[in-house]
Amino acid sequence: MSPSRRTVVDVASAVANGSLSAMAVLEENLAAITAREAEIHAFNLVTVDQARERATQIDADVRAGKTVGRLAGVTIALKDNMCTRGVETTCSSKILAGWKPPYDATVVRRLADEGAVFVGKTNLDEFAMGSSTENSAFGPTRNPLDTSRVPGGSSGGSAAAVAAGFATASLGSDTGGSIRQPAALCGLVGVKPTYGMVSRQGLVAFGSSLDQIGPFTTTVADAALLMEVIAGHDPLDSTSLPQPAPSLAGELGKGVQGMRIGRITDMPAGSSPDVLAQLEAAFDALRNAGATVVDVQMPSMLYGLTAYYLVAPAEASSNLARFDGVRFGLRVDAKDVNSMYGATRAAGFGDEVKRRIMLGTYALSAGYYDAYYGKALKVRRLIADDFATAYAKCDAILTPTSPTVAFKFGDKTSNPLAMYLCDVFTIPTNLAGHAAMSVPFGTGEAGLPVGVQILAPALGEAPMFRVAAELERAR
Amino acid sequence: MTISANTSSGASASVNLSSIVATAEQLIDGWELVVGLEVHVELATKTKLFSGSANRFGDEPNTHIDPVTLGLPGALPVLNRQAVELAMRIGLALNCRVQPCTFHRKNYFYPDLSKAYQISQYDQPLNVDGFLMLPADVRVGIERAHLEEDTGKSTHAGGTSGRIQGSDYSLIDFNRAGVPLVEIVSRPDIRTSDQAKQYVGELRAILLAVGASDAKMEEGSMRCDVNVSVHKLGTPFGTRCEIKNVNSIRSVGRAIDYEARRQIDLISSGGVVKQQTLHWDDSVGRTNVLRTKEDADDYRYFLEPDLVPLAPDAAWIERVRAALPPLPAARREVLAKLTGQSKASEAVAVIVERGQDAYIGEVAQVGGDAARALIYVQQAFAEEPAVPRVPAGDVAALSLMEKNAKVTSTQAKTLLAELVAHGGGDVLAMAKAKGFEAMATGALESIVDQAIAAEPGAWASYKAGEQKAIGALVGAVMKLSAGKADGKAVTALLQAKAAVG
Repeated sequence: MSPSRRTVVDVASAVANGSLSAMAVLEENLAAITAREAEIHAFNLVTVDQARERATQIDADVRAGKTVGRLAGVTIALKDNMCTRGVETTCSSKILAGWKPPYDATVVRRLADEGAVFVGKTNLDEFAMGSSTENSAFGPTRNPLDTSRVPGGSSGGSAAAVAAGFATASLGSDTGGSIRQPAALCGLVGVKPTYGMVSRQGLVAFGSSLDQIGPFTTTVADAALLMEVIAGHDPLDSTSLPQPAPSLAGELGKGVQGMRIGRITDMPAGSSPDVLAQLEAAFDALRNAGATVVDVQMPSMLYGLTAYYLVAPAEASSNLARFDGVRFGLRVDAKDVNSMYGATRAAGFGDEVKRRIMLGTYALSAGYYDAYYGKALKVRRLIADDFATAYAKCDAILTPTSPTVAFKFGDKTSNPLAMYLCDVFTIPTNLAGHAAMSVPFGTGEAGLPVGVQILAPALGEAPMFRVAAELERAR
Repeated sequence: MTISANTSSGASASVNLSSIVATAEQLIDGWELVVGLEVHVELATKTKLFSGSANRFGDEPNTHIDPVTLGLPGALPVLNRQAVELAMRIGLALNCRVQPCTFHRKNYFYPDLSKAYQISQYDQPLNVDGFLMLPADVRVGIERAHLEEDTGKSTHAGGTSGRIQGSDYSLIDFNRAGVPLVEIVSRPDIRTSDQAKQYVGELRAILLAVGASDAKMEEGSMRCDVNVSVHKLGTPFGTRCEIKNVNSIRSVGRAIDYEARRQIDLISSGGVVKQQTLHWDDSVGRTNVLRTKEDADDYRYFLEPDLVPLAPDAAWIERVRAALPPLPAARREVLAKLTGQSKASEAVAVIVERGQDAYIGEVAQVGGDAARALIYVQQAFAEEPAVPRVPAGDVAALSLMEKNAKVTSTQAKTLLAELVAHGGGDVLAMAKAKGFEAMATGALESIVDQAIAAEPGAWASYKAGEQKAIGALVGAVMKLSAGKADGKAVTALLQAKAAVG
């Protein structure tokens, strides 16, 4: 078994029963990192010493017969916008350089409590703003499947880390597709849970009403297990849903017999033929497994992109205002406090971040609010309405995750709008607060993986995982 | 802060937001003064509005801080239930409607605002549409009373102004950051500076009564911003100016008087009042311009995505309402009725403010004379707590002795001082020990007659209507009675005799 194909489920059970040591798993990952990280640049920081210490402890616990958690010895990479106590958390931005949070994100604590071993903090588009990881202040991440191509983004480092065998699984965050799109481009399973299912406490905010944390894994079962660990109510996040974590492992074998799968008849155009061909194959596979394919309409889908690029930047403009050089991170001294703010933010933020701060500030400004932010909120409601109508007729919807397979570096950097279009299929889910995931399904251009996106209503993780497991069986 | 959710202008120049009209005596050189107040009060919660740090004043700087207070990346706010409950108490005490509400972000940069936005309430505040009755039955509308978080406290070192501009460096104490505030916004229903002072005083009494805040203006746990405009009756309201940093009830009156005069003089000399935020400088007694409307911040309010809507259910609201203690206005009414005084009288107001009204009720309960007890307590119990150390029975006994003319009012005063000094005592024994006994009416009358005989000139003048002449007559009676005569009784006898001829 190649290191990258070790699954979370296998590692956890083998380490727990003593047939595999946590240290052996970790050393496989570290060897892969030594071999390829210089080329891939998945990580901002590899926490070798802490990881070895942790693996040693888990192996000792197993030998001592102590109860170990559900993720004993599972190596996990964390997107570098999740707070880790005492470990630098940069959001791939110069403005946070050197900042060590005094606390762990809730997801980090939950994974640690179940015996996970953290390998490091992964690269991302600065503050999760981007679809290719080319916007990192520390340089881009390369797609392990073809290093001339991007891994997608913004959680490109987390996707690449799993695809390259640097970790068994990873966590990313998804504001408009930032888990699903890189999962598709790197041939992985990626989940964007229902808004409020996974705590955002300790996730450095981008678009607070859209952000959700979710897993990258090589299998659907692995994603289900990680969801069971990280999801569930957190009193530290007021937007956290009151429900406990869903039970998903049991859904995987249920099949899709009798399920109704939606096909969007007015889907935005522009997807490449190889991607559309795999989508058709996915519909066929589900039909063969006993599902019915029904036509649904999403007339507001295309407007979702515009609404998103007002709502997310508006929230970001407010969320990122705290990076002012006063209390933490970068400070560039100047003659007075306002000049200090200006100089610090000018030096600390990259172009894409500045672009979105300006967009968002403008959209919220007096005299423009109604025309921009206010209208975007109305579109957001229209999208929710369209989804409600669609889900009256079906249990889940299939779309492409990304209009294309992984693209080459520089292909879209000169045209922000082309880059923004990468997220046309993923964004509506975030605006609605629903569940979605991407599963690899066949290959397209240049033998690169294609991701199929499964959309489900809020708290529709169970049927979503049933469909995902079926597509995995059929691929 | 003035909320104008649906307009960008916020100006009130064209619309009169109140139907209240000043009386002729209240006009200033023919101008009507229009005042509204925005009062911020810090709630007396154990912890901060959105985090578990202690809400405590006066400790070492930056000892009550946490990731939420400091706005560290990834930290999220969690609403404090006790703060909501105290805010509801304020709203209900001010006759507001408690409604489902939301939180918004108010965005601006300042070093003591850690997140660069303040979590506040905007177009859907917790409490709306209430009123507060001033002691003299003047009704001041309450537009809203909403929850928000306080900022940290900056101290600017160096420079001359104590302001951030020109300072060498600034120190920031985040202990206050995130402390829960309720901002109480009145309607522009106030027409005199005295009413404004009464409003602040009454509001403070209500806050103390419901236990929502310690409302210490000198410590900043109650802070007033005053909106002032002037106009001629029958014309639209004038352009208002907002005065900040008004830190005592006395300053409220002074600032309004100063600002009204400034505006009237400005308009009278052909000038125009500009919408401005002013800073009250109490030491020199004048306002200075902080900023004009043109360079006011655009706060870019939007719904706080880290919090969910707050909708207190009817049962919760009713529980809070039912637990409200009697409020000052109602207590004044009860005390006025009990003592036969006007509810607007100073004695009634003072006693309720001290919280000693229940004590007077107790004196009455044990058979004492409530009217006399009111005067005793007002005069002698200023330093006593709400429940004075002197047993109510002792005060009751004293009041009866005076009422039944066993002692004179002067003697009663002496005995009262004894009671306070010793924390109570047997007034009968004390009176005896001092040789106090009031004259019986018959004995008094004969002494009065002796005094008239001794002072024929004064008696003639008094009978001719010269009131001052009574002094010599009363003095003579006192001399003859060795001070045991009751001054009031003497005056009454003299009046009666003069009337008869």
